[in-house]
Amino acid sequence: MATIDVPNQVSFLEDAEALRKACQGWGTDEKAIISVLGHRNAAQRKQIRLAYEELYQEDLIKRLESELSGDFERAVYRWILDPADRDAVLANVAIRKSSPDHHVIIEISCTRSPEELLAVRRAYQARYKHSLEEDVAAHTKGDIRKLLVALVSAFRYDGEEINTRLANSEAETLHDAIKDKAFNHEEVIRILSTRSKMQLMATFNRYRDNQSTSITKNLPGASGDEFLLALRTAVRCLNDPKKYFEKVLRSSIKRTGTDEDALTRVIVTRAEKDLKEIKNLYYKRNSVPLDQAVAKDTSGDYKAFLLTLMGKED
Amino acid sequence: MAYPDHLEALNKAFSGIGVDENSLISIVANSNHEHKKSFRKGCSKLFIEDQNGFERMDQSIIKNLKLEFKRFRDAVVLSLLHPWERDARLIEKAMKKGQKHYDVIVEIACTRSSNELLGARKAYHSLFHHSVEEHLATHVKGCERKLLVALVSAYRYEGPKVNEDVVKSEAEILSNAIKNADKRKPIEDEDTIMILATRSKPHLKAVYEHYNKICDKSLTEDLEAEGILKDTVECLCTPETYFTRILDAGLSVDGDEESKRAVTRVIVTQREALVKEGYAPNKIQGILTGHYKDFILGSLAREEMNKPL
Repeated sequence: MATIDVPNQVSFLEDAEALRKACQGWGTDEKAIISVLGHRNAAQRKQIRLAYEELYQEDLIKRLESELSGDFERAVYRWILDPADRDAVLANVAIRKSSPDHHVIIEISCTRSPEELLAVRRAYQARYKHSLEEDVAAHTKGDIRKLLVALVSAFRYDGEEINTRLANSEAETLHDAIKDKAFNHEEVIRILSTRSKMQLMATFNRYRDNQSTSITKNLPGASGDEFLLALRTAVRCLNDPKKYFEKVLRSSIKRTGTDEDALTRVIVTRAEKDLKEIKNLYYKRNSVPLDQAVAKDTSGDYKAFLLTLMGKED
Repeated sequence: MAYPDHLEALNKAFSGIGVDENSLISIVANSNHEHKKSFRKGCSKLFIEDQNGFERMDQSIIKNLKLEFKRFRDAVVLSLLHPWERDARLIEKAMKKGQKHYDVIVEIACTRSSNELLGARKAYHSLFHHSVEEHLATHVKGCERKLLVALVSAYRYEGPKVNEDVVKSEAEILSNAIKNADKRKPIEDEDTIMILATRSKPHLKAVYEHYNKICDKSLTEDLEAEGILKDTVECLCTPETYFTRILDAGLSVDGDEESKRAVTRVIVTQREALVKEGYAPNKIQGILTGHYKDFILGSLAREEMNKPL
């Protein structure tokens, strides 16, 4: 469930005016920005941008980019984009890093629905004049490349049907592939990148039944093997995305110094989806509410904005 | 009753691609017992003398006749289907039929626009309750698998922008892959697959041109022995050449059944392009017959009428 708190009645013109007012004058009224944008869903934010453009002949996003700064600016920028466009930007940022952020690409390709992923690919082309798979292929090598390109190119069947015989045989295939460290990467990539999510969950369950341990336990997180790590991320995203996001949040806060990139990314991309359940998981795991942990580790407008997205009342 | 004329007409009705339904009606429907007896005795194309004292129609002839009668029907159905359903069904059939038919999958994956291919993938979900890449990955066992899965999964950028430096380096990569063909088949070379499956068509056409410059031969020539890899390059870089080749093969006197089927497929799916290029209908006129011929010619003519004046 979403965590953002959206009022019943919304006037896009008033919102646009309020945002304009917040950006005029000497300083910026960040609180006003948060109190408007932090309480609007994607469709509403789009309307506000259009209203703002019409009223003031200016791109709201560009205005905010110039008025705001730091982690707060990055968070607001990501928040205000259309979800597909946002994912395209996140993917591009991840690809262009000198050491590409594989897990972000895997996260996007494995936790979005098939239709959402298609929308991301379209948005990516519109923005960057390349296909997503082309850019991923150009910036990666070897087995990682094969895995990532396959994952971003997938258009998985969205149905509920499960073939139990197939789940069993593919659980065996995965087990054999993992067991011999001389992996048959091809088969693993094939299964993970082409099967429907329901079928994969059945396969992971069979794996656990057959091996008495979950598949992620057999893909160690601490190994230096880049491909193994990527596989692990993919499996976790496909198997239980909420649990995966809880872990990302936990790691982003826990470290000495917060990983604002990851924190922003998860909160912004899940606030309208399932952040509520992720918060519950977080509390179960850590005995501390997520809001509290975030408040402790962040400050200023950035903190206020994140907390608003997480459902805090003004 | 001009018996020799009718015999000749009957033979003619069964010649060519399709059958001459009208002639068959006027000849066969009106024939009495004696006439038919004469036909059987005189028509060695269809009947052979059986040792038990009758004229037998060989099983393979029956099979061929069925195919020829069916041609019109298949053309109509293919024409009526939504392009997405049509392409999804064509891919599924080709996949089931096996290796010799993988070129059809390449044709569809590489000659449709990005959105048309996406549509076919959606239709595939609806029709077969699996993703097309899932089925391909399980059914195709040989070296073609990686390429085919990658090609159907593509959502190529369709803008004109091309980076010359990348074009040059990728032409080199392809050239090296071909030079090393004895060590590893180019169709299994990861870089080759990535380039052909992810780059935009304008980019690949530029790569094709550059390859020609640096290697003195065209990419398709150098891939002559590489099966569907050659088809892939042809479909992506020189589709007109590909389609002309297919049609010529299918319309020739000794074309096999698959080539003939390809004629229906190409004409139904490539109508606009064919008319734009002015593909000569007379070639079709000479070899096709019956309702099938009328339908095919009609498809091309209708497109003519849709063109702006």
